[in-house]
Amino acid sequence: MSNAPAPSFDIPPGTAVWARDLTRTFGTFVAVDALSFDVAEGEVFGFLGANGAGKTTAMKMLTGLLAPSSGEALVAGINVAADPDAVKRRIGYMSQRFALYDDLTVRENVRFFGGLYNLPPAVVRERLDALLADLALERSADERVGRLPLGWKQRLAFGVALLHRPAVVFLDEPTGGVDPATRRQFWETIYATAQRGTTVFVTTHYMDEAEYCDRVSIMVDGRLAALGTPAELKARFGTDSMDGVFLRLARNG
Amino acid sequence: MPNAPASVAVRGLSKRFGSVEALADVSFDVAPGELFGIVGPDGAGKSTLFRLLATLLLPDAGTATLDGLDLVRDYRALRLRLGYMPGRFSLYPDLTVAENLAFFADVFGTTVAEGRAIVEPIYAQIEPFAHRRAGALSGGMKQKLALSCALVHRPRLLLLDEPTTGVDAVSRAEFWDVLATLRDSGITTLVSTPYMDEAARCDRIALVQDGRLLGPPDTPDAVARAFPAPLVEVRAQRPGAATMDRVALLAALRHTPGVARAEIFGDWMHVTGAGSSGPSADEHLAATVRDALVAAGFADVDVRPVAPSVEDVFLHRMARPDV
Repeated sequence: MSNAPAPSFDIPPGTAVWARDLTRTFGTFVAVDALSFDVAEGEVFGFLGANGAGKTTAMKMLTGLLAPSSGEALVAGINVAADPDAVKRRIGYMSQRFALYDDLTVRENVRFFGGLYNLPPAVVRERLDALLADLALERSADERVGRLPLGWKQRLAFGVALLHRPAVVFLDEPTGGVDPATRRQFWETIYATAQRGTTVFVTTHYMDEAEYCDRVSIMVDGRLAALGTPAELKARFGTDSMDGVFLRLARNG
Repeated sequence: MPNAPASVAVRGLSKRFGSVEALADVSFDVAPGELFGIVGPDGAGKSTLFRLLATLLLPDAGTATLDGLDLVRDYRALRLRLGYMPGRFSLYPDLTVAENLAFFADVFGTTVAEGRAIVEPIYAQIEPFAHRRAGALSGGMKQKLALSCALVHRPRLLLLDEPTTGVDAVSRAEFWDVLATLRDSGITTLVSTPYMDEAARCDRIALVQDGRLLGPPDTPDAVARAFPAPLVEVRAQRPGAATMDRVALLAALRHTPGVARAEIFGDWMHVTGAGSSGPSADEHLAATVRDALVAAGFADVDVRPVAPSVEDVFLHRMARPDV
């Protein structure tokens, strides 16, 4: 990569994620093939695809963890190729597998991640209190996270991913294995977050959750095979469920 | 009948880990040749149940028998009759696909040739990769190899602990097709899943939560039909809004008298009424909800009775375990 200043891009105001021909190859294998899409500020954007379709590679590029082979992406206005570290400061990330440290208490986890994002101690304290109140976890502040029920742990992890007030939060299968009531609670938290203007970029294997997104994209073999609101996609593929849309696309892929 | 499918009887099975009651007084029966689903979230006790049935854990209380063989007393005889696929990938990553299969056949005192017929429909799909190390397989292929290894000694009972967790919707659908084939070939199968929509693929299901069964096992249709309250589905818009404002809609629904619960459900909201079920109760609830939403200023209000799903029943029993 050259040291020339990154070109400026003409992107519409209110765009949180902007990708144009974003591509990543590994040797001769094209993992992500010319991905182009926009996500608006405050949108809940579903990112779907079969295992191996290229979702993880695309997410890694958008979160500044992997350099694109070609193409461009701006996340929260920052060019991911030119300034991956700045991207990491402006986004939150939560996955089912890696979220919080089980052996640290709730308070310690929040302090740790607050420190990681260079938040002043007073701000961390204030946000910790707000988070505990939000989740009704005040009495569990000094409990080890590993002892909390899974549903609480996941909502706490979501709160921690938002601790530095990112513009975009990436959720990688956030609700895997959770009971149906907790899963819905989690989605209500997602909606509340999006209504405050945070963009939510979410992957899931639950097809009913695809219905919960404002718009859904489906990757097949490294390409964006479909993008639209759940209603548009169902109409286009002549089926009454996102499960039907997904099976049709991914099976023929 | 050397290869007849097994019957399973579970009676009062309980297991505690320290202060955690992982399984509390669980009883059910599985008929020979049945595809029986244990449906519930992480932490419900599914894996504990499967480890007990696989004779890998000792129960604190209760018993289970497989064709009359006791879980504890006859564990050696029992192990030969069951195939167990744990929730976590447990094959040898450094052995090839073919070596793993041969190893499991050998451990059970048989050969791949003898087990060939039963594993054929599954193993044929991964055989092109027979010389690839198991650790280098994709998730879907690992799953098929693990199932082949659990089947190669021709068990009478198959215990599959969350075989489809973390697998994409296409591979999940394919895996259930395979299970349907196995059922038709006469193997009793116990399978657990956190995906409520997979319940429909089972002959009968038991819902589990917090170590207990949420009601008696039954066919998926009968479980769904047992929903005891009025239920309607709802859609409505804020005037001029492009998408449904679910937060506002839920808040309005939850403030409506006569509404017990309101939940997001695909692209609809499901609303449960306070009384008991019945066509007139559904219509009454629909009218109440419609009026309340119109009065609250919602537009395009669409309210109609809906057939309850297994997930509705799960949510209902979680909220009211006594019902």
